[in-house]
Amino acid sequence: MRALDRKSWRDALRLWTQIAAVALVMASGVMTIVLAVGAYRSLLETRETYYDRYGFAHVFASAMRAPNRLRDDVLAIPGVIAAELRVVENVIVSMPGMAEPASGRAVSIPDFSDPSVNRLYLRSGRMPDPARAGEIALDERFAKAHRLGVGDTFTAIMNGRERGLTVAAIVLSPEYIYALGPGDIMPDDRRFAVFFMPRSALEGLFDMGGAFNDIAIRLLRGASEQDVIDNVDRLLDPYGGAGAHPRIEQLSHAFLDSELSQLYAMARVMPPVFLFVSAFLVNMILSRLVALEREQIGLLKACGYTSLEVALHYARLVIVIVAIGLIVGSVVGDWLGQATTRLYSQYFSFPFLVFRRSGDLFAIAAIVSLASAFAGAFKAIRDAARLAPAVAMQPPAPARYRSLIGGGAARRFRAPPLLVMAFRHFVRRPLRSALTTLGLSMSVALLVTAMASLDEIDEMIDIVFSRTERADATLVFAGAKPPSVLDDARRLPGVLAVEGYRSLLVTLRNGARQKRAAITGRPRGADLSLMLDRNLKPLEAPDHGVALTERLARHLDVGVGDTVEIEVRAGKRRTVDVPVTAINKSFLGLSADMALSEIDRLAGDGPRVTSASLLIDATQAGRLYEKVKKTPSIAAITLQGISLVRFHETIAENITTMTVIYTALAVVIGFGVVYNSMRIQFSERARELASLRVLGFTRLEVAGVLFAEIALIVVLAQPVGWSVGALFAWSVSKGFESDLFTIPFVMHPPTFAYASIVAVASAAATGLIVKRRVDRLDMVRGLKTRE
Amino acid sequence: MPEAVFVARSLTKIYRNADVEVQALRGVDMTLYEGEVSVLLGPSGSGKSTLLNILGGLDSATSGDVRFRDHDLTGASERELTRYRRDHVGFVFQFYNLIPSLTAWENVALVTDIAPDPMTPSQALALVGLAPREKHFPAQLSGGEQQRVAIARAIAKRPDVLLCDEPIGALDSATGRVVLEAIERINAELGTTTAIITHNAPIRAMAHRVFTFHDGRIASQSLNAERKPAREIVW
Repeated sequence: MRALDRKSWRDALRLWTQIAAVALVMASGVMTIVLAVGAYRSLLETRETYYDRYGFAHVFASAMRAPNRLRDDVLAIPGVIAAELRVVENVIVSMPGMAEPASGRAVSIPDFSDPSVNRLYLRSGRMPDPARAGEIALDERFAKAHRLGVGDTFTAIMNGRERGLTVAAIVLSPEYIYALGPGDIMPDDRRFAVFFMPRSALEGLFDMGGAFNDIAIRLLRGASEQDVIDNVDRLLDPYGGAGAHPRIEQLSHAFLDSELSQLYAMARVMPPVFLFVSAFLVNMILSRLVALEREQIGLLKACGYTSLEVALHYARLVIVIVAIGLIVGSVVGDWLGQATTRLYSQYFSFPFLVFRRSGDLFAIAAIVSLASAFAGAFKAIRDAARLAPAVAMQPPAPARYRSLIGGGAARRFRAPPLLVMAFRHFVRRPLRSALTTLGLSMSVALLVTAMASLDEIDEMIDIVFSRTERADATLVFAGAKPPSVLDDARRLPGVLAVEGYRSLLVTLRNGARQKRAAITGRPRGADLSLMLDRNLKPLEAPDHGVALTERLARHLDVGVGDTVEIEVRAGKRRTVDVPVTAINKSFLGLSADMALSEIDRLAGDGPRVTSASLLIDATQAGRLYEKVKKTPSIAAITLQGISLVRFHETIAENITTMTVIYTALAVVIGFGVVYNSMRIQFSERARELASLRVLGFTRLEVAGVLFAEIALIVVLAQPVGWSVGALFAWSVSKGFESDLFTIPFVMHPPTFAYASIVAVASAAATGLIVKRRVDRLDMVRGLKTRE
Repeated sequence: MPEAVFVARSLTKIYRNADVEVQALRGVDMTLYEGEVSVLLGPSGSGKSTLLNILGGLDSATSGDVRFRDHDLTGASERELTRYRRDHVGFVFQFYNLIPSLTAWENVALVTDIAPDPMTPSQALALVGLAPREKHFPAQLSGGEQQRVAIARAIAKRPDVLLCDEPIGALDSATGRVVLEAIERINAELGTTTAIITHNAPIRAMAHRVFTFHDGRIASQSLNAERKPAREIVW
């Protein structure tokens, strides 16, 4: 080994704590790349493979009742390669051992062949035999939740009659990778059953002979989705077509998409944060090293080493940092990536998971971390290479300080000299101080961003469950029923209050802009399901005209006072112009609201309701459930209370994991920045700190000078971190926005407080580590130190 | 006979560094008296600085006894030594050791803030003739001026002893004389017991008492019957 190589190794060993602190930050960057990009690719690839092999549809549509003869017309639409005409019905499922009724969705499959679209993955058993009554293929999640196997039976209320069902197969469907029961905001495997029945059996049960109410269409590559949608709408219009929609609006697909965009956002935001911080830290360490070794560099050059050799000597240290960061980050990232991919199986039902270790990912991580480390090291290495030997042997020019606010200010106000020292040192190198502040603020920003998502979930729960949907349960009727069903509902056991609502499918238009949506008719003085204005205050449905949600109004480009054209898509079809009389706030779906009486007038078929919101006496819930399971006119029941509990359960565990991970990452940044910054300050100021000790200042007072400066940085980093974090959180919440749901952008004070407490605590702990060095300061040697 | 301020008996100091042992002091006996200026002469490595560091509470002896008035410095704890330096000792070093981020006035205030009975920073700076330069930072002062700030800082607390380690080692002779005059004036006006380490033999002329060091021991000790004013010393 050459002498210069030995020096490299000894430098690395001597500086190991500082190197480790930077390498850890870099490892976090590598980890987030490997984790986020790896998980993103795994999820995307798994989904694409699944869709491809099992023929997932591109266009979906539903209708009231359309004749099967439309099949040829659908297949004749240019670009369509396959279409599955299905009967899809909501049912109520009664499981022994579970008091509350579960929701179910029965989907027809061809009697003797595989579906041409949305084929099923057979996990066990055999496909149901149309000849055997009540045989079904059951979705795996519900089967698992209730420990149902092939041959087991349960009952469902289908079209008002109780039917015994036998599990012939356990299956998975690409259409229900993410399965959400009616009214739920989180999958609940116990309470939502998707099952598939032979067409002949299902159409018999629902009197749908020769007809279909749902269609799934697969397109040729490159076919125009919009043209197909328009054609399908035209075909289904006479049959109560609710409007075709593309894959991106399909529930399961959309949720997967939002998960993917979350990972994408993480891959875009997090690694740059860590790489920026580590580049800055590399810069600090190397600049200091070159400054300290000025004479040595001069000596090396005087001995005949070239500038390139000197540059390479310092570059080697950077490579050591990157190598450690890369190895640690890759191993941890790979491990977490696998864990995350496995976590998906909790939410998403895939027959298989593709987790691939792709070499290019590690190569990308290596390249970007090397690039950022050298970006940070560039100036210091260049300075070392350019230093002329004669100059290098001279001590550098003395540090110049100035008083910031007029010479006498510090004196007039009798600022303690130790504080003045800290402050002047801080402002002497404004760029470095600013970058240190910014680096540390990233730790705060990261936590603020992560914690804000919890605030958003809380806000969502608060808005959805306590401010808008205040009912304990919602009954969904099979079709529009006369208001007398509300009296029936009132007579159900344990029901304290009942409110009837009507949902009507329409197309809303403003010139060329149009959107299909459901208008909800709200009874006067509605209290169980509220509408909120932009300030989240309850808003009464307007007597006249229609209230639109913000997103829908934006889409149609209308405001209060404008008129929209509403085309009723069910019953007596007609088109009327209706004034927009209010804009309201909603985070789920695209909806419009009217007074119940107005919507009845619009539909023109007399007073009707499609659902009833209930307030129930919890002690009577068991009896109510029993009754609901046996009431034919009830197609589905939503239990808000149980949904909320389930939501909390699922989320609580993930919140803990997430909080721990993000806190750890924030601590890594905080430690990296504070430790290196204090070590370098200490090294630069050893002489003056030793002088202070000589003058009789105590160890604590001397350490206080270092602490005062870092405290200033920590304090300044807080507002910066809050702002950057708020900006990140805002962009993340915007990134989620879709027609299915919007994330409210909210941040509560405890979020900022938590982020700051973590940052301050990790800075303080790091400070104590450095303080041990200050305590060991050798006064006599310190006085000889170069500044 | 003036009262003894420092009494050192059989002082030894051994620096152990990994497997190397360096004996810096090999049994030093010495007494410094109240109000006197003592000059410690000797080649570099002869142990003068080690002794001064021990007297000033920056370092402790390996064996032997050293007392400052009624304080036993030999067994003093780190905390007691800090207290001792804070209350009784003023230091002046060859390289000034001023805080670059504080002005001249503030460098002195650094000490007056923590001393029990200090003069004001301005008084201290006036004593060394630097009243007009109070607001300047070290980088804006000449070497001699910086050293005089260091002296002002050392004496502002009205220390019992002023320990100067090569105070003019980095200065030309004209500037050095100004610095020595400042030390002389402090001694005369405040009666501060002063010890000056130097390798400039002519400076011995300004002392009451002169020690010469050689190889970790005191080689000789003498009293000056007549002292020469600093401004007349030539080297």
